[in-house]
Amino acid sequence: MSALLEVEDVTMRFGGLCAISHCRMTIPAGITHGIIGPNGAGKTTLFNLITGIYRPTEGRIRFQGRDISGQRPSRIALGGIGRTFQNIRLFKNLTALENVRIAYDTQLHYGPMESLLRIGRHRRSEDESIARSMALLEHFGLAGLASLHASELSYGAQRRLEIARALALKPSLLLLDEPAAGMNTAETAILTEFLRDIRSHFQVTMILIEHHMHLVMNLCDQITVLDFGRVIAEGSPAEIRANPRVIEAYLGESAE
Amino acid sequence: MAYFAQQAVNAISLGFLYALIGLGYTMVYGVLTMINFAHGDLFMLGAFVCLLLVTFSPVALPFPVLLILVMVIIGGLGVLIERLAYRPLRQAPRVSAVITALGCGLVISNTTLSISPYSRAMPEVFDDRYFNVLGVGVSTLQVLIIGVSLALMIGLDALIHKSRFGMALRAVAYDAGTVPLMGISVNRIISLTFLIGTGLGGAAGMLYGMSFPVISASMGILVGWKAFIAAVIGGIGNIRGAVLGGFILGTVEIFSVATLPSTYRDLISYSLLLVILIFKPYGILGRAPNIKV
Repeated sequence: MSALLEVEDVTMRFGGLCAISHCRMTIPAGITHGIIGPNGAGKTTLFNLITGIYRPTEGRIRFQGRDISGQRPSRIALGGIGRTFQNIRLFKNLTALENVRIAYDTQLHYGPMESLLRIGRHRRSEDESIARSMALLEHFGLAGLASLHASELSYGAQRRLEIARALALKPSLLLLDEPAAGMNTAETAILTEFLRDIRSHFQVTMILIEHHMHLVMNLCDQITVLDFGRVIAEGSPAEIRANPRVIEAYLGESAE
Repeated sequence: MAYFAQQAVNAISLGFLYALIGLGYTMVYGVLTMINFAHGDLFMLGAFVCLLLVTFSPVALPFPVLLILVMVIIGGLGVLIERLAYRPLRQAPRVSAVITALGCGLVISNTTLSISPYSRAMPEVFDDRYFNVLGVGVSTLQVLIIGVSLALMIGLDALIHKSRFGMALRAVAYDAGTVPLMGISVNRIISLTFLIGTGLGGAAGMLYGMSFPVISASMGILVGWKAFIAAVIGGIGNIRGAVLGGFILGTVEIFSVATLPSTYRDLISYSLLLVILIFKPYGILGRAPNIKV
């Protein structure tokens, strides 16, 4: 079984600043991978590289064996990589249902003419699109809020909706950028169970950036630690917890 | 009373034309936050393309065929201008793109001027008749303008609020950076926006040329500015706002000409813009922009 995602010696420079330096990462299919590190370590930059927002200065990113570095973000998304954002980036002027449909509909195929005249494949696939999107919202406990604008949802519901939207692309790889940001311990515990459920229900490989160590240690099969754009450690949660470099750079003495 | 009703009919048909043109400004602004200053000149070209089609077509083209051809040709030209002139400046300062748009407009109007230095008469596309409805004179053309505009606007509204393209369009307007991550090409959405927006402008040019049948290379400038004003009054970026603004401007113009010396017309419309913007800086239906973090 080859790796789902391979980050091969990727470097990303912005002018004189080196945000990511010779990063290597291998993510096998089916696992949950955590990325941790102090603020400014390059974690989100790595997500932006994987999703094609940035093109790596050096190195290559392979997804399902194909080189995707330099591909357009829309291609990469259609290829099966969905993501969420640290600061929620829903389309707040669209309803909850539309937020999911917009991603789901890219899986459908009909022309603008058919759409305009509401005929042919369009009719059928539109009904299907609504039904499937509603089912997805249902799974996330959002079905009752489907017709509300995303801006009207509570913070927690917006977080869930953003994950639902990412899953509507039917990705094989889901990138979660600080899914527990702004949540307290109790909420984070619920989120952990929620992500566990998503993983088994949607059979999706996950990479998550997170500062809540409890969530990372509980959920992840392997962890990469970034500091100043460099990978300073990788391994199982137990190995990371015991790694003196990680404790020094990030976890501190009182790591659980 | 009959006089008032007569003016109301005129106001409605003029309002529809401003609304049709204003939609093009507002749609492009919605996705690119840029004013397409070439839009008025594409409107003018709509009338000229219609003239060319009527003059050189070996067979007499019926009105619906002419309308569709004009919309496709002008819409296609809009897409081409976006692709060649605006897209390379997508990341450049807004002012550069706006100047480019002004430049494109001047190139279009001056190309037309060099080919057709004099005003031209618009031929009759169909047999226009006046008929009397409760003492009010209504022409077939006015009915047609109202009918066609209404159909196009209802179609557009449905497209934007119901279709996949419409969802993507609204999403691009809100946050273009996130849209590609949903697997949607922003460039394709922008091209489609230009196709539809400038296509509507072309349709308006053809209808305008038919109702004021002397067309010239410079006709796009003033009408374009006014439709732009209509879009701003309604709230630029807001589709329904453009329609509302078109009607307000059409009504103000017709009734100021009906009651005051006709030279006051533009003074009054432009003053109206200033007053409305003082009280509603984002236009009547416009909202303060979303602050993106």
